[in-house]
Amino acid sequence: MSDSAVTPPRSPAESRSASVDTSILAIFLEFLIIGATSFGGVVPYLRAALVTRRQWIDDKEFIEMLSISQSLPGLNATNMAVLVGEKLRGLMGSIAAIIGICLPGAVVMYVVGVFYRLHGDHEWATAALKGVAAAAVGLVLYTVVSLSKKALSRKFDFVFMAATVLAVNRLHWSVPRALIVVGLVSVLFHGPRVGEKARAWR
Amino acid sequence: MNQIPALIRVFAYLSLLTVGGGMAAFPEMKILTVDVHHWLSFPKLIHLYSVGQMAPGPNMMMIVAIGQWVGGFAGAIVTLIAFFAPTALLAFLVARFWKRLERWPWRKSIQEGLAPVSIGLLLAGCFTMAKGSVTGLETGAIAVCVLLMLLQYKINPAILVVAGAVIGIFTLSAQ
Repeated sequence: MSDSAVTPPRSPAESRSASVDTSILAIFLEFLIIGATSFGGVVPYLRAALVTRRQWIDDKEFIEMLSISQSLPGLNATNMAVLVGEKLRGLMGSIAAIIGICLPGAVVMYVVGVFYRLHGDHEWATAALKGVAAAAVGLVLYTVVSLSKKALSRKFDFVFMAATVLAVNRLHWSVPRALIVVGLVSVLFHGPRVGEKARAWR
Repeated sequence: MNQIPALIRVFAYLSLLTVGGGMAAFPEMKILTVDVHHWLSFPKLIHLYSVGQMAPGPNMMMIVAIGQWVGGFAGAIVTLIAFFAPTALLAFLVARFWKRLERWPWRKSIQEGLAPVSIGLLLAGCFTMAKGSVTGLETGAIAVCVLLMLLQYKINPAILVVAGAVIGIFTLSAQ
């Protein structure tokens, strides 16, 4: 764990936020608040807290961290917590952030799990849950649409997307198999152009 | 029978499949928790996932409820750790080394190439879930309405999920 006052700043953006000495407790509490209030998706709450209110990171860093979070396995929320925590206070910062963001939801779902086991078979509960499940399908579809708008740069990307769906739902491939096979082809397709490669290795 | 080791194995594995979002792991989660280990039924898995959308924080916290059913309090704790520790460790290592890879030409290719696949995995998970939850005209209408409302208005999704519950009570309880 490095003392942020001693380590030399690596970039202008970092030097600005490094001057704010952030305690482990402050990191934990901030992520605890995000974890307890972020109903319906964590990303906007993360941005409001980390960029706007606390100014621990700037917008450019936020977007870069988000794109890293999205291409790694793991949920955006927890990956962002780890990345921001690491940036602020290294390993302990990461641990404080991820525990903070997970704790409230985990407690809620623990209680829900206990209640569901006791009362989940009631007629009205089953009916409510059917409605909730249908709404959740619409919600995931919306996520798919909005991510496609943002993240797909070429028309051909839709072929890779469709291939992944067919592999999992029709051919019943396991998720890792689909990920490795289709992912490999797609990454090669998006491979650096010859010119770029030559420039990078020169 | 002690199910704790099985919980750790299953959820640590599922953890690594959540590329692009928790939903990406859903088809595999259905196979492992419902078909292989018989920890819960498919409708219950769908219900838990959906209720989880109303809870604050990371949206896969429903795994805590599965852990609790299978192994009590200890089950809930190990499930939580097994599901989040592997990817957290990976993210931590990447945070340390990603800056150094900035000039590596394949870095951008990997990001761009994985994007359509991770969206495809989300969609596949969504279809798996729809098979169990969109069973008729009413549920289909709810799903489509939620999608259209979110595309059209800046509205908090959690509110729509609650609305789904209310509509469900009024239209689906007779079935």
